Amino acid sequence: MKERLAASYWLHESHYTALSSPTVTERRRAAMERFEAEGFPTVRHEDWKYTPLKKILKEDYALSSPFSAQDDAEPIEFKDIKRYLVNDIDCYRVVFINGRYSAWLSETTHQGFDVCTLGSAWKKYKDQVEPHFGRLTETLGATVQLNTALAWDGLYVRVPDHVTLDKPIQALYFTTGDQPMFTQTRSLILLGEGAKAEIIERHQSLTSSASWTNAVDEVFMGAQSHLHWVKLQHDEASAALTQHSVIEQKRDSHATVHTISTDGKFLRNNLDFKLTEPGAESRMFGLSLADGQQLVDHHTRVDHLAPHCTSRENYKGIFDGQSNGVFNGQIHVHVDAQKTLAFQENDNLILSEKASIDTKPQLEIFADDVKCSHGCTVGQLDEDALFYLRARGIQRKEAQALLMLAFAHDAVADIQHPSLQAKLHRLIGNKLGVDMSAVV
Amino acid sequence: MLEIVNLHASVDGQPILKGINLRIGAGEVHAIMGPNGSGKSTLSNVIAGREDYEITEGDIRFHGESILELAPEERAHLGVFLSFQYPVEIPGVTVSNFIKTAINESKKARGEEPLDASSMLKKMREKMDLLEMDKGFLSRSLNEGFSGGEKKRNEIFQMAMLEPTLAILDETDSGLDIDALRIVANGVNALRSPQNAFMVITHYQRLLDHIVPDYVHVLFKGKIVKSGDKSLALDLEERGYDWIKKEQE
Repeated sequence: MKERLAASYWLHESHYTALSSPTVTERRRAAMERFEAEGFPTVRHEDWKYTPLKKILKEDYALSSPFSAQDDAEPIEFKDIKRYLVNDIDCYRVVFINGRYSAWLSETTHQGFDVCTLGSAWKKYKDQVEPHFGRLTETLGATVQLNTALAWDGLYVRVPDHVTLDKPIQALYFTTGDQPMFTQTRSLILLGEGAKAEIIERHQSLTSSASWTNAVDEVFMGAQSHLHWVKLQHDEASAALTQHSVIEQKRDSHATVHTISTDGKFLRNNLDFKLTEPGAESRMFGLSLADGQQLVDHHTRVDHLAPHCTSRENYKGIFDGQSNGVFNGQIHVHVDAQKTLAFQENDNLILSEKASIDTKPQLEIFADDVKCSHGCTVGQLDEDALFYLRARGIQRKEAQALLMLAFAHDAVADIQHPSLQAKLHRLIGNKLGVDMSAVV
Repeated sequence: MLEIVNLHASVDGQPILKGINLRIGAGEVHAIMGPNGSGKSTLSNVIAGREDYEITEGDIRFHGESILELAPEERAHLGVFLSFQYPVEIPGVTVSNFIKTAINESKKARGEEPLDASSMLKKMREKMDLLEMDKGFLSRSLNEGFSGGEKKRNEIFQMAMLEPTLAILDETDSGLDIDALRIVANGVNALRSPQNAFMVITHYQRLLDHIVPDYVHVLFKGKIVKSGDKSLALDLEERGYDWIKKEQE
């Protein structure tokens, strides 16, 4: 696999770099060289200790290439993807099929701001893309390097200073086809001073064949900008996602990221924040509902590089069947980051003897005037609460679902759209085998 | 309505109830009193169907049928209600959603139509007035951040909404100031009818000034050792439980 991936890069390098300056060419090349040297991380690697990539590496993946001829044998139509959209919110829509932009299914804009695709921005917005591409990912692990070398397309957003997007952006990444598919997607989000944007993102397989999407996102937030990003992970049971998102925040900017993971075989989320100027605030919420053989992994990292920044983190996990959860929360408070506020919470419910969660807070604090806290819990459903609900006439299964929803509440409470909330409740209800419309 | 016959129950092999006999008829209010650890809360939990207890002997019959094999929710559907001593906090579930769910689950189980939204709201308003509750209550998370008094009032509110035939009030008076006690008692009295019955578990006589019982029973070491009318409660208030303990030893 490693060799095939490397070959696909060296074979197409001239395509990848045709539109780029030598600096970007060098960045891609260095990334591929690092991937070749390191290969995919194994469980001996501390960051991948509980997340064995070999589980998904064994498939015989076809590699989607941005430069081969488009395969139009089985065109995807709107009706095929409609059910995966959040339909009742008016949105910009950027759709990718097997890593390639689908203009037909998308609704982009260049009116006052850019919501389009990285594939077109290489040339069109070279002056914006080049200084940013790969800047936040240089030191990251092998899967990210692989992406830096091989990725071509994904969401591109640029919002100028003091502009608020008039509606949210839905970024949809679909995988299709009869054979297993390995896809790289890459997004770049540039928010100017005081800019505001909202993104709803979903990776979705349209086939029962295995798929693996390796996604990397770089987000640059100007002073006083706002970003709300909702990641919906409700993929097919054959689908895997490894995603590394890095967000750099300037003075007084506010970022909120929700990651809602209910379905999919293998989910590895890396979410990094770099708070580089005073007053920046990052909030992270996660909800993992896993059963069967699912694996849901959250690795988060916050670098407090400047004073007076705040990070708040609240991840909830419910694990049933033989599912595994991983939570690793790193908070680094650097020497100059006085008056940092950093809070981290990870709470888990284990519903079966064969399910497990490995949770690890990791705080490194080099400033002395800070407020940092972390907590993690692992428990079962509260029998007292269950009896209370049942004694009021609520069936055992509904009572369990109600308690799980209540447990999960914090993680989804801040999602503002009622229709998105309703969709989440439906998804959670489906997962728990309960019609939630009857319960809440 | 309720018939408890020679009921023995234990937890983890430890016998708690050691042969309870009690009959409660429609329209009656029974008070169960007794010192700490005498088995009062166990009795109420066992009637409501808590599964941590093992019934080793005897029977509980409701309207003539044994309910020992029924799940807590099935007992609730039949009209058994337990007001908890320590109501559980459930963040993220509003009082109104919870009550709606509870009522409609019971209706579903009885094969009745669910209550429509406007009748539900009307009924809620009516019962809230009865219990002098604030309207904002409905949209709060169930018991979360409620004071002791609010929790108990919320229990009685749920009872008023569910209209049980048998209501068991487990130390509903504990943690209530005198005004809250009066309001709760008024709520209970307003719900009294010839068709339903109450079992009021309490340490103290003061609740019984407001909810006047037809019968008073003293539970001691897992048995009902004395029964009488409301004057027994006054006796206990005056003399404490020591004379009962002495009588038993």
